[in-house]
Amino acid sequence: MANSKVTYTKEFFKGLWDENPILRMVLGTCPTLAVTTSAINGVSMGLAVIFTLVMSSLMISLMRKMIPNEVRIATFIVVIATFVTVADRIIAAFYPEISKSLGPFIPLIVVNCIVLARQEAFASKNPVGRSVIDALGMSIGFTLVLLVMGSFRELIGNGTIFAKQIMPLSFTPWMAVALQPGAFLTLGFMIGIANWINAKGK
Amino acid sequence: MNKSLRLIVVLTVTAALSGIILAFLNIYTAPRIELNANKTLSEAVGYVLPEKQTCEVKVIGNVTFYIGKNANGENVGVAFVAEGDGFQSRLRILVGMDPDMTKILKIKVLQQAETPGLGTKIENDPTNKTDALWFHKQFENLPLANQITVVKGKAPDKDKSQIQAITGATISSKAMTDIINAAITTNRALYLKKAK
Repeated sequence: MANSKVTYTKEFFKGLWDENPILRMVLGTCPTLAVTTSAINGVSMGLAVIFTLVMSSLMISLMRKMIPNEVRIATFIVVIATFVTVADRIIAAFYPEISKSLGPFIPLIVVNCIVLARQEAFASKNPVGRSVIDALGMSIGFTLVLLVMGSFRELIGNGTIFAKQIMPLSFTPWMAVALQPGAFLTLGFMIGIANWINAKGK
Repeated sequence: MNKSLRLIVVLTVTAALSGIILAFLNIYTAPRIELNANKTLSEAVGYVLPEKQTCEVKVIGNVTFYIGKNANGENVGVAFVAEGDGFQSRLRILVGMDPDMTKILKIKVLQQAETPGLGTKIENDPTNKTDALWFHKQFENLPLANQITVVKGKAPDKDKSQIQAITGATISSKAMTDIINAAITTNRALYLKKAK
């Protein structure tokens, strides 16, 4: 992966599709399934991940020559946990409503495999600029999937998107889509569609 | 540098730096977070005690009572937090009652994480287009001749302290009334004995 011939643009866009953390690599599915009950929850979670991933990749990339191989995972976790706590406290201080609805899932970004995987696979082996671009692409790819999933589940499960009524009032919401089975089904179909589009392209 | 020494130094320095950053962040955010929590609570007390102008906080036993006073300093009601287990989460409900604790004025759900779209209707029901707060508004001005009970499939009789259960969330509805009943029973004994 550490190929300096890859352009920055490619480095960025691979996170959106070719190596999309959720659709292609199926990483970080725990928060994906849990928080996408509404569009706003999905986007808030995505923004917290963008912040954490970009800052962690920046730090790890700066420190990559100093970190001994034996304690690299421990160091990654300390750095990631620091930024997650920063994000969590800032959301709690300034956006108490969002903090309330995301509950424990912000602190749980610490163990989100997307963040750890980017440190292990990319930031610890690549220069700072490239690592930040990679982190941006990956986390925006993650956020877009959460946005689509959250909007879909909110629309079918509640008739709204971002709390705005979209469906006609006569529409009976499919409660199951907003519940856990809907999370698995939606994610399954999205991965299926992504695979189908990829297969068609070949 | 010796290899194992290097492991120790790198991890220690990283952890120490992280500690320093978080300590400063905490100095900055902690007052705001506490302010938010207080603001939420005082707004909620204002909601459940509609005539309240000022509020006196009194701790009796291990229960905190918020005693609402109007402009003339008269007691217009008392509020307390009722807490217990719902269907899948901890429920915290602020209950506002008249000064003699004979009826409920209003209630407000402070915290819940029930099944989205079903149990969450105890706080807010967006599928009910006329009134999203219909469920907990049933408790408003509810006389307490009996314990509060939930009924299903028929119109509730307010004089008998009945409320309508939420379709698909009977357990959450029932848990809420049980929590409120239990809290009223214990707190009424505490408050009426000590406050007078």
